[in-house]
Amino acid sequence: MGEHTGYLFPNDLHILWGLMIVMYPYVTGLVAGAFILSSLYHVFHREELRPIGRLSLVASLGFLVFAPATLLLHLGHPERSFGIMVTPNLSSAMAMFGFIYAAYMALLLFEIWLVHREDIIMLASRSQGIIRTFYKLLALGVYDISQEAKRVDHGVVVILAGLGIPAAALLHGYVGFIFGAVKANAWWSTPLMPIIFLCSAIVSGIAMVILLYQIGMKFSGRKIHAPCMQSLARWLWMFVIISVTLELLEIMTLAYEAAEEWEVIGPLLGNQLAFSFIGIQLIAGALIPIILLGIVVLMSPYLTDQIRNTLCFVASLLLLMQVFAMRWNVVIGGQIFSKSLRGFRESHMPDLFEKEGIAVAILIFVLPLVFIVLFNRILPVFEPPDEEVPIEGGPSPADSE
Amino acid sequence: MRTTQANKPIPGCDGRDRPPLRSRREFIGQGTRTLGAGVAALVLCDLAELTEYAKASGLTTSSAEPLVSGYDWTKHAYVYLIDLRKCIGCGYCVQACSRENDVPEAYFRTWVERYEVSRTGEVRVDSPDGGMNGFEPVVTGQEVTKAFFFPKLCCHCTNTPCVQLCPVGASYRTLDGVILVDEQRCIGCGYCVQACPYGSRFIHPVTHTASKCTLCYHRITKGLKNACVQACPVGARRFGDTKRVGDEVARIIATQRVGVLQPELLTEPNCFYLGLTREAR
Repeated sequence: MGEHTGYLFPNDLHILWGLMIVMYPYVTGLVAGAFILSSLYHVFHREELRPIGRLSLVASLGFLVFAPATLLLHLGHPERSFGIMVTPNLSSAMAMFGFIYAAYMALLLFEIWLVHREDIIMLASRSQGIIRTFYKLLALGVYDISQEAKRVDHGVVVILAGLGIPAAALLHGYVGFIFGAVKANAWWSTPLMPIIFLCSAIVSGIAMVILLYQIGMKFSGRKIHAPCMQSLARWLWMFVIISVTLELLEIMTLAYEAAEEWEVIGPLLGNQLAFSFIGIQLIAGALIPIILLGIVVLMSPYLTDQIRNTLCFVASLLLLMQVFAMRWNVVIGGQIFSKSLRGFRESHMPDLFEKEGIAVAILIFVLPLVFIVLFNRILPVFEPPDEEVPIEGGPSPADSE
Repeated sequence: MRTTQANKPIPGCDGRDRPPLRSRREFIGQGTRTLGAGVAALVLCDLAELTEYAKASGLTTSSAEPLVSGYDWTKHAYVYLIDLRKCIGCGYCVQACSRENDVPEAYFRTWVERYEVSRTGEVRVDSPDGGMNGFEPVVTGQEVTKAFFFPKLCCHCTNTPCVQLCPVGASYRTLDGVILVDEQRCIGCGYCVQACPYGSRFIHPVTHTASKCTLCYHRITKGLKNACVQACPVGARRFGDTKRVGDEVARIIATQRVGVLQPELLTEPNCFYLGLTREAR
């Protein structure tokens, strides 16, 4: 219980949804964003995005695996969490989580399996002993990689990735809906919420893939594919602009309508959230990356690869921070003012070491990255460059990473 | 179909045993069927368990069995009435509730607010310790033109968001119109706490489940008054039943100018106020 000003309802003295509920939309946003990015290649055949086609899928899976951890850590009774799937209340938006999550997980695993199927078979045929058994298990008993089979695979991948777009939009749009549909909370209750969440999810997904791709290439000593980076920058720029425009439109509408709720939201943005909203969400996290990416997009012919990569890297880092700030401002911001609309709590600060603390949040953010690295040890996350045709009996694509 | 096998073939899996394309189709087909059957089985299990649970706990309207034996919950429809002109802010109701329901410290199932409205329209509200120990006089420095005490509790809304969005159905509305929480099912997500516009719910610090006013369900189903109503020395808090013939509270609600909190949210509260003014929130 912290300091507070004005009058708060006596049960409103406690911040109920803390850092883990900030992490939850952040992590699922990365899932949805990375997946939608992968679909640009798999469905819309943006060939220049081929180098990140697999990476974005695996990144999506990595974050998806750890997304429920945030919720389980938050729940008062995590051991009862299966109740959401066993006895769901069908009128509850939150009850849909289990189903959407499970369906999305199945779809993503199937797509990743299809995309990596050829590699699995190749690796199985090259390896021996227990490793060979492992890859044979991964192959699920299907060893056909004829042209016809690959064509069918490709067709299925297109369909899955196509289905995955609404699924990813649903997975994250639903998270926005969780907040947007709370009519008791003036800061959350807006039909724009799912769309804002979705757009910023795509921003964070693309930014994360840019970072992973650049770091991956750096470590494997390979060249960053310039058209790919250029294309990523263009998509990222577009989605940041849409995302920030929507975020501002919502505030402008609230301010212009100046209804009852603006009495708390106005001071909230100007005081308690001044740093995280104006400082990070709008200036450091949005304005600066928009300028940096603008340079990449508009001045492309004058940029060296080095400059382009650096600009994209810095912009992506800032945008990952921006999206986190946006989640923070929504989740925590919505709880700083009391439903009495007459008082504020002091801004919330989680402890370093607690169940829903900073250390755990960092762990949840880092574990998916470890997952991606481990995945890369088993199956190649990066597409082999066109010129590097695998040589028979030579090192497997995974070894070259 | 032509099979182009890259590198060394895997013994027994080189496509000679059966046509490879067929095996793929078979695999996908069989996979889909198995998955479909699995999903269907899960759904059926869910439905079966749901129905069983609903029957066991009397949640289905068809086989409605009251939570208390010997009590017919279809014969009651409870309402609560607060006369703001009568409340003196003594806080006995908050104390009584706290003791009766073992409410944890710094949390409230009911509380009393003090409103002071100045001539310039400024509104000052406070509720020290939920008004449990009454109110010390204050000097506001303003010319107070209107002041009153404002008891609050769960409004037991007919169209309540807390029941609508509870993911596991732990929050529910009884047939006699009381919103309750099943402590054995609540997962402690806190969504209902966020969704209540009146701030009447909280997560219990010991049980880690949602907690709220039950209208003293354990008392009213035995024909007793709620603890807060019982404790009120001035009759500001009253409890009624619209299905009881000649119920005084039901008559007042039906015939007099009563208001509810935040009517624009259309939650249809069953806690009514006499003497409600525009400053109230």
